[in-house]
Amino acid sequence: MNGGQDLGGQMGFGPVAPEPDEPVFHAGWEKRVLAMSVAAGAMGHWSIDESRHARESIPPADYLSFSYYRIWLAGLEKLLLNHGFVTPEELDSGRDLKRGTTPRRLLRGADVPAVLHKGFPADRPATAPPRFKAGDHVRTINMHPKGHTRLPRYVRSKVGVIEQAHGMHVLPDTSAHGKGESPQWLYTVVFTGPELWGRDGDPGLTVSVECWESYLEPV
Amino acid sequence: MGHDHDHSHDHPHAHHHDDHDHDHDNHLTPIAARVKALETVLVAKGYVDPAALDVIIDTYETKIGPRNGARIVAKAWCDPDFAAWLKRDATAAIASLGFAGRGGEHMVAAFNTPEQHNMVVCTLCSCYPWPVLGLPPVWYKSPPYRSRAVIDPRGVLAEFGVTLPETTRIRVWDSTAETRFIVIPLRPAGTEDWSEDRLAAIVSRDSMIGTGLPLPGAAP
Repeated sequence: MNGGQDLGGQMGFGPVAPEPDEPVFHAGWEKRVLAMSVAAGAMGHWSIDESRHARESIPPADYLSFSYYRIWLAGLEKLLLNHGFVTPEELDSGRDLKRGTTPRRLLRGADVPAVLHKGFPADRPATAPPRFKAGDHVRTINMHPKGHTRLPRYVRSKVGVIEQAHGMHVLPDTSAHGKGESPQWLYTVVFTGPELWGRDGDPGLTVSVECWESYLEPV
Repeated sequence: MGHDHDHSHDHPHAHHHDDHDHDHDNHLTPIAARVKALETVLVAKGYVDPAALDVIIDTYETKIGPRNGARIVAKAWCDPDFAAWLKRDATAAIASLGFAGRGGEHMVAAFNTPEQHNMVVCTLCSCYPWPVLGLPPVWYKSPPYRSRAVIDPRGVLAEFGVTLPETTRIRVWDSTAETRFIVIPLRPAGTEDWSEDRLAAIVSRDSMIGTGLPLPGAAP
């Protein structure tokens, strides 16, 4: 979706502000939001793509003014509500008021190191040959879906070169909406500065974007 | 009412104390109260194990961070076979050092050369190689960096105090999939006889994102 999250090439946000000796967290509640997001995700009821979509569908004015963990909090609340784990009244009161969805799994403290170390790989066995190979010229499609996609606006309808094929990976566009993993070949595609930004593009710049096969057509 | 410390991210120098969960009357800030309510409900309903939350926090506060990535870079500088493995299959090479899993399931190592400097961004969210660099800094997740890294990387680098020769090409990697990237910076001149441990100490986090450079003599 063309939401507040799609920031590549936007202007007016001012300089980057690196913070010397930045702590991992800036407040106690941030730690709890991070940990609850990981632990609730491990119940196994939504994909990483659905959780990204929950965050990016926050209204742009909020998305751009919220701190990042506040965005995560809003996304987590939305996921828990949408899947029937909690009610708005429970979120407001902090009290257990209504029986919710039964979780598929519960992440126990003792299991955390192993679960984090294993991770959640997104590659899947190849069921089809790749359509493109390294060196092929491709054009990204022009699309503006209302749902989730990982093809940023700044790189739609642009010509690039395939650098590497990564195997077949879960397609975020369907996975985010509970429509299945629909694995597709994933490629690193390289674009030049002038192709992306026209006369304002740095000729010494290349930008690569990870593109699923359905984002690409041959040139 | 106390002021909303949630905006402290945007004003990192405005802090006068360390407790950002309470206002000056010692009440929880609205955001901290909401998070506490959420945790209370999730624990009461049996959806999260409080012990798991503590282990997750401890993992990212004390166990996983950019020192992991620095070990990878230092080894790549000292061991040509490891560097070749890292180029060929970064996920496996990095796993051989014990670093793997959530947020780093599919790794790619981007080697800087005298001709090309690499820089990593996630314009769409905050994708970052957790097992090797830990959790991302606030600036990496914020609009100024995410918007400009792909259109004006030289301007962004200047804000980090990095000026590259005009002739050095810049390659920006936008992390739009589950592939994650670690930049392998150039080994600084004058470090030829340094040990791997001593080298690891000069590999800054930013040099592995591509917004900094390792410098001999620099503080770790």
